[in-house]
Amino acid sequence: MTDEHETDARHIVRMENLNKHFGSLHVLKDVDLAVTPGEVVVIIGASGSGKSTLIRCINGLEEFQSGSLDVDGRQLLPDGKASKALQQIRTEVGMVFQQFNLFPHMTVLDNVTLAPMKVRGASRDEARGTARRLLERVGISDQAEKYPSQLSGGQQQRVALARALAMEPRLMLFDEPTSALDPEMIGEVLDAMRELAREGMTMIIVTHEMNFAREVADRVIYIHKGEIVEQGTPDAVFDNPQNERTQSFLARVLTH
Amino acid sequence: MNSTFSFNWDAAFASIPYLLKGVPYTLMISFGGLAIGFVIGIIFGLMRIGPTIWMRWPAIAYIEVFRGTPVLVQVLFIFYGLPQLLGGPIDALTAGIAAIAVNSGAYISEVVRGGVQSIERGQREAGVSLGLSRLQTFRYIIWPQGFRRMIPALGNQAIISIKDTSLFAVIGVGELVRQGQIYIATTFNALEVYLMVALMYLAITLTLSVLLRLLERKGLVGQ
Repeated sequence: MTDEHETDARHIVRMENLNKHFGSLHVLKDVDLAVTPGEVVVIIGASGSGKSTLIRCINGLEEFQSGSLDVDGRQLLPDGKASKALQQIRTEVGMVFQQFNLFPHMTVLDNVTLAPMKVRGASRDEARGTARRLLERVGISDQAEKYPSQLSGGQQQRVALARALAMEPRLMLFDEPTSALDPEMIGEVLDAMRELAREGMTMIIVTHEMNFAREVADRVIYIHKGEIVEQGTPDAVFDNPQNERTQSFLARVLTH
Repeated sequence: MNSTFSFNWDAAFASIPYLLKGVPYTLMISFGGLAIGFVIGIIFGLMRIGPTIWMRWPAIAYIEVFRGTPVLVQVLFIFYGLPQLLGGPIDALTAGIAAIAVNSGAYISEVVRGGVQSIERGQREAGVSLGLSRLQTFRYIIWPQGFRRMIPALGNQAIISIKDTSLFAVIGVGELVRQGQIYIATTFNALEVYLMVALMYLAITLTLSVLLRLLERKGLVGQ
């Protein structure tokens, strides 16, 4: 069977003229975004600017009303249609949430092995082996038998990262991964993400951590009231912003 | 007339073996009915929050009808009314179990709905984001957590339904109250016998309360 829609092998995400409304509120306005494999894109903007909504469209947690969106060679349709493609996309796209969203009734190990076993059909031993390796990598191998509520916020978020990575995603989405953390725990989560970026993972990150953005991003996107106002290399956006909205946003967030 | 009444302990103790014959019926009607009611509750509770009105509407109708009418009327309808439709008698035990099933099912539907709806949206989002289907997300993530939150309300409903079976003495099923009535008819020790009947209900419900408390405590692990 051939896919009538022309897919674009060069981009893992290609979004064109995407529009999203929440009732009468126009949340995303004609957004264009193309991401190549291996790229680390950081999206910045004020709260309520639509940056979280934007990345939540990529794995279908939010529906959009018009425009086109291809993820990993599969097409997502407006208004939440094409649910088959959606589930396939979700198996290839990992997500880390602001509130971690770990499964509180399962141990850390079970959190990480659930999807590989149920979705990928991995055996229990296989899934556990992978899980232990990943937990080791994010520095919490000694917590595998604990429940999420027994861990600190930073540890929980690293478990959430391991849980997403266990599906061997081709793209990782991060929705303000450090915003719910106590300040002393932010570093350990950013370290794990930094490491992932170094290994070549394609990442789209919504964050308020400007220093981190400058350090890991290949491209920084500034979004204002649902529109991409400016984008470019971290140096270009942070040191020499062209748009006055970007200038005033950065002036506000970088002075303290 | 002597106003000082002496409680006849001998009569009270003598009634126990007779009353105990009613306990299996009380338990059969209660737990048989509750088991079916739980299945009904899961089905209608989930339909109640289903995606289409064709699921929600019948569930709402069922819940409102069986929650809004007395269980006594329900059992009378089933025992005396339904045979006219079916053309054959329904035995009292079956009628009792059926009445508890449809009545508790209506309440349990609401318990199930509340339990499922109480799970944070982020749990579902995390499940589907990992590639789990909606059904898998429900089965492995939403239901186990929701069920734990349902336990206190389910226990409450079980205790209510156990006591409701006492009304079924009217259809002649030989449960606790019925056995008590028969015994009193020959001995006239109403005070002693009804006290014993009450204590037997209390023994059943207290046992259940203790079991539920243990279950809840166990369910707290990992929360």
